[in-house]
Amino acid sequence: MGFLQYLINGISIGSVYAIIALGYTMVYGIAKMLNFAHGDVIMVGAYMSFCVTNYLGLPAVVGILVAMVVCTVLGIIIEGLAYKPLRGASSLAVLITAIGVSYFLQNAAQLIWGSAPKNFTSIVTFAPIKLFGGQLTITGEVIITILASVVIMVALTLFTGKTRMGKAMRAVSEDRAAAQLMGINVNQTISMTFAIGSALAAIAGVLLCSTVPTLQPTTGSMPGIRAFTAAVFGGIGSIPGAMLGGILLGIIETMTKAYLSTQFSDAIVFLVLIVVLLVKPAGLMGKVVQEKV
Amino acid sequence: MNKIKQYFKTHSYNIATYGIVIIAYVVMQYLSNADMLSRSVNGYLVPICAYIVLAVSLNLVVGISGELSLGHAGFMGVGAFAGIVTAACLQGVVDSDFGRLMAALLVGGVVAGIAGVIVGVPVLRLRGDYLAIVTLAFGEILKNIIGNLYIGKDETGIRVALSQAELHLGAGGKVILSGALGATGVQKLSTFFAGFLLILFTLFVVLNLINSKEGRAIKAVRDNRIAAESVGINVTAFRMKAFVVSAFLAGMAGALYGLNYSAVSASKFGFNTSIDILVFVVLGGMGNILGSVISATVLYVLPEAMRGLADYRMILYAVVLILVMLFTWSPKVKEIMSVVTAKLGGIFKKKEVGTNE
Amino acid sequence: MKKLFALLMAALMVVTMFAGCGSAETPATDAAGGEAPATDAAPTAGTIKIGSSGPLTNDYAVYGKAVEYGLTLAFEEINALGGLQFELRVEDDEADAEMAVNAYNTLMDWGMQIMAGPTTSGSAAAAAAECAADGVFMLTPSASDAAVITAGDNVFQICFTDPNQGVGSADFISSHNLATKVGVIYDSSNPYSVGIYTKFMEQAAVVGLEVVAEEAFTADNKADLSTQVTKCQEAGCDLVFLPIYAAEAAQVLTCADKIDYNPAFFGCDGLDGILATEGFDPALAEGVMLLTPFDASSSDPQTQEFVANYTAKFGLEPNQFAADAYDVAYAIYQACTAAGVTADMSAEEICETMIAQFTSMSFDGLTGDGMTWAADGAVSKLPMAVKIENGVYVGVE
Repeated sequence: MGFLQYLINGISIGSVYAIIALGYTMVYGIAKMLNFAHGDVIMVGAYMSFCVTNYLGLPAVVGILVAMVVCTVLGIIIEGLAYKPLRGASSLAVLITAIGVSYFLQNAAQLIWGSAPKNFTSIVTFAPIKLFGGQLTITGEVIITILASVVIMVALTLFTGKTRMGKAMRAVSEDRAAAQLMGINVNQTISMTFAIGSALAAIAGVLLCSTVPTLQPTTGSMPGIRAFTAAVFGGIGSIPGAMLGGILLGIIETMTKAYLSTQFSDAIVFLVLIVVLLVKPAGLMGKVVQEKV
Repeated sequence: MNKIKQYFKTHSYNIATYGIVIIAYVVMQYLSNADMLSRSVNGYLVPICAYIVLAVSLNLVVGISGELSLGHAGFMGVGAFAGIVTAACLQGVVDSDFGRLMAALLVGGVVAGIAGVIVGVPVLRLRGDYLAIVTLAFGEILKNIIGNLYIGKDETGIRVALSQAELHLGAGGKVILSGALGATGVQKLSTFFAGFLLILFTLFVVLNLINSKEGRAIKAVRDNRIAAESVGINVTAFRMKAFVVSAFLAGMAGALYGLNYSAVSASKFGFNTSIDILVFVVLGGMGNILGSVISATVLYVLPEAMRGLADYRMILYAVVLILVMLFTWSPKVKEIMSVVTAKLGGIFKKKEVGTNE
Repeated sequence: MKKLFALLMAALMVVTMFAGCGSAETPATDAAGGEAPATDAAPTAGTIKIGSSGPLTNDYAVYGKAVEYGLTLAFEEINALGGLQFELRVEDDEADAEMAVNAYNTLMDWGMQIMAGPTTSGSAAAAAAECAADGVFMLTPSASDAAVITAGDNVFQICFTDPNQGVGSADFISSHNLATKVGVIYDSSNPYSVGIYTKFMEQAAVVGLEVVAEEAFTADNKADLSTQVTKCQEAGCDLVFLPIYAAEAAQVLTCADKIDYNPAFFGCDGLDGILATEGFDPALAEGVMLLTPFDASSSDPQTQEFVANYTAKFGLEPNQFAADAYDVAYAIYQACTAAGVTADMSAEEICETMIAQFTSMSFDGLTGDGMTWAADGAVSKLPMAVKIENGVYVGVE
């Protein structure tokens, strides 16, 4: 029974990683930048939801919606002020700016909400499902998180595959200059990508904090880095890859803790990641793109 | 005569780099000796030397080889603890503090260099962001292991264990490295002079590597891999060399850093420090060694100089960082700047012509 | 372009260097106002300068802030008494040894005479060596690692040391027959947690406690603690020892509640503050036992006054870090008054008299009565075991 419980624990944290990774991979795939501030947008989303539900006493759904609106606007503002002026500059320059934005958001959050951790109230209200006479527990958060990540994955796949905007995004991702020649507004498309990515971050923030209740200004940074790892693991830029990478990372992490060592779990998890990347250098579902001359 | 002129012309950048470092050292050392520096500024000198070496060595990988490494602090940590253990073991064997420091730097560099080889073999098979994530992973692995490592010394020699209880130190034994707390009670050996020597050594190694035939090959690959390969450049060995040299130098810087504080813990050598060093490199300019030297200094002193801002210190630092990035990297600003400098240049030229007449 | 930029940066470097010097030489005029809320009145010539440092940003900011607030409140009260006057300055050290030394140097430039910090053990170990070398008296409110006070004779602690808590916890659990099988969940990347854990394990072997699960987490992977909790459940632990901080403990309690695992939980002083965490359901902490020096819900009039003033001033309930810091301020005040310390004495002179005072005096504070200090700098006070019942601490004999 232990094994199944660990598996569920792993899927639980893994699906949170997956949702964060979807946002990462989306922005990376189209804007070709590592948005290290993504984790901090998640934190802002969680705080917004916390404020709406705890201070205003409104239902959790309103909290999520407010968080999504605020994060979307925040994402567009960040993109416009900090990333857009660097369009065409080295991707490393944008990476450093993203780190600056990340510092900014963390410190701003500390000034606004204080440094004391808050305990996030889970948005899931229904009782956990008990199997095998209570020996196995599947919490409501797990079910909601998995459902949400699957829905988001499917929606994103459909969006990028079927809609005009989505096709424009793929075109920009393939070849920015050619897309521009085809009459696609590249700047607008990238802004749109950030808006979607940030809205996803808000959902991820709420689900992350429902699973892991501690909310403080640095809440988003470590899961953000884990999710980035997951996105690369699955093949960065690939939407199903992010999902797969997130869940696998969660399971590997949990199984390592359960059967190998809790003390060295960080080292073992990253070692597994390295081995996988050596065998499949473009990640699990990444495309190996042959460079053309 | 012409030859000398030619030499200065082609090497003016290197000469300027050495010159600025030497002048800065002489000035700061003079001020320090004359007691004209505050304690805080005196305290910055050694860490700044360490960060300059780290930034220059990372620039070799990021700026020259064109590979994004996110685990540089891991090598720094390996070097720091190797150096601390070396210095502690040589206590009573080598009398001179400076001698022990040099031995510690050397061992720190060699151990980090070995780690560089171990990491480099798999890492350099990858490219781009995959390489970045693997270096990040190695950095975290090194941090995790060091954070659980216990090293002690007694009559029988050095003992290494994974928990305090397993260390079994004999009577009179001394714990050098104690897991999460790290090393405490370290004898501070680092001096500004040693830091200065290390910078000169680093500049010598890195600038020579860049200007060598191999260095030019590495840059060719960075700029266009396919074109470089098509003219028969095989650079795997060169990339490896740059990576290992970079790790070696980072290890030396780590030893210098570690022996400058009486307490050092593994948590320092994680992702955040790697990112800090990367910020120095990118802000100073990719492949621009002098830029790394200057930006490491400025960015180290800046948050310290902003201490008066209390709670707003880090948020303003973030704003400054973003603004500086936008100002130095934005294509639009660059365009404007080039127009302005061209115009200014024009004015000066005219004036020069005028005075000549 | 590159050259221009380099020149620009070089100019910036020179400016910042001199800005650093400048502010260091004329401290009273600039930074002090922002940094030292304790001195609302203009600093007069006769003030003793107290410095402290702690993480005011980053992960551990909540503890650094608590210490800052506790010291601020205490010195305001002391200054209002009209006797000896103190000026406080708290610097950010990001819970990092390097930054702690920078903070210490900044404070020394300012003219610090007594060090009332740092907050965390790693920082304190680095700053303690500096204090020992310079002969500055140091009394840390909360850096509890045993290695901190080994730096010199002038380094003192007001909190329990970690080994004390580890031994105390094992003794308490064994003498009260609280458990047959014990599990431990600790933070292997945090010296405080590892320090308690190590001593707890040694003492558990001595008193015959059976520890069947030792589960670690690190600051990097603390997002998910459910596996550690499940492992304790699998091993059949009827008591889980938590030598960790309140935020992670809240996670452990939440995880255990979700899988219907109800062992006894036993924690140390790091757990204090869990009930004050915004949004935390106190029902989850029902029955949790902890060793703590401070109880915010105590009926002791001195404590009540402190809690009321603190809450009114800073808008949140004090935890034991704030209480320890408050005690540090009053202990320093008591020693200074008794020894007749004046503001014109040098740091070294003050240090000598303070060592003599601290090793001979007895101090009554919020975190204990009749505290005394040994020559090595360790405090002797008894840990108080409490149990959480209906959202308040109830003393356990």
